[in-house]
Amino acid sequence: MKFGVVIFPGSNCEHDCYYVIQSVLGKSVEYIWHQDTSVKGFDAVILPGGFAYGDYLRTGALAKFSPVMNAIADFAKKGGLVFGICNGFQILTEAGLLPGALLRNVGLKYVCEFEYLRTEAMDTPFTNVLTKGQLLRIPIGHGDGNFFADPDTLKRIEGNGQVVFRYADRYGRITPEANPNGSLNNIAGIVNEQRNVLGMMPHPDRSSEEILGSADGKLIFESMVNALVIPSL
Amino acid sequence: MRATVIVTLKPTVLDPQGMTIHRSLASLGLTDITDVRQGKIFHVQLKEGNREQVERLAKEVLTNPVIEEYRIIWE
Repeated sequence: MKFGVVIFPGSNCEHDCYYVIQSVLGKSVEYIWHQDTSVKGFDAVILPGGFAYGDYLRTGALAKFSPVMNAIADFAKKGGLVFGICNGFQILTEAGLLPGALLRNVGLKYVCEFEYLRTEAMDTPFTNVLTKGQLLRIPIGHGDGNFFADPDTLKRIEGNGQVVFRYADRYGRITPEANPNGSLNNIAGIVNEQRNVLGMMPHPDRSSEEILGSADGKLIFESMVNALVIPSL
Repeated sequence: MRATVIVTLKPTVLDPQGMTIHRSLASLGLTDITDVRQGKIFHVQLKEGNREQVERLAKEVLTNPVIEEYRIIWE
């Protein structure tokens, strides 16, 4: 089982992801350079947080033209696990691998704080160790995390159960106050229709060990490991 | 040959930056301005003739069709 962590010019969370996979989970992991044209040999690919291409034009907009993105699109089409965190989520929406878009936060501020996420879907390779409604404490750090989709797309995402995480309060209630960025329906993370591509704004890579204030993020990576061991999960 | 590409958020998409600019106008007394929407403008130079390349640039690079729309002004 081998994980890959993609590095774009401007990525800055690749070490965090690499460290979690290698040192916390004890699994094999390698970096993938954005100019690479293949992801052969990898079982799961992570697009880390950061500011790919300086977030010039729009967040994630220029990263989608990196050669590796064609390989990742093929990999995803064939059922490979693709996980975009923060800027990685923005890149996946720009590349059309996930629906919707991430707009500027409603409050215009960059928000860096712990959030409670309510688990909405466990039938994904990223959440198979979680239970419905389980609260995860995972931090965000972004200025453009305001999830948007047109009404038809939103209806489809909700109808298909593609919403995986929502921002909640500490009691698991989905309230406007618990929404840090104005995301529609408090959406913090979604999967594609095939459920093998996950994008989320919060950072499980920054919350996979108790010393960091929470180890809840580790559950997502552990789910991926489970899914790779037992593909039917 | 020169083209100007104007990219704006779709009318249905919330524009927090435009709203913030608009809210600040009251202190200037510009109370007749009822709305402000922020967008982007790109000046593009191209060789004579091949307008299709600018169309593709606008459509495939400069605009995210989920949230934005564009128009091109040719000069």
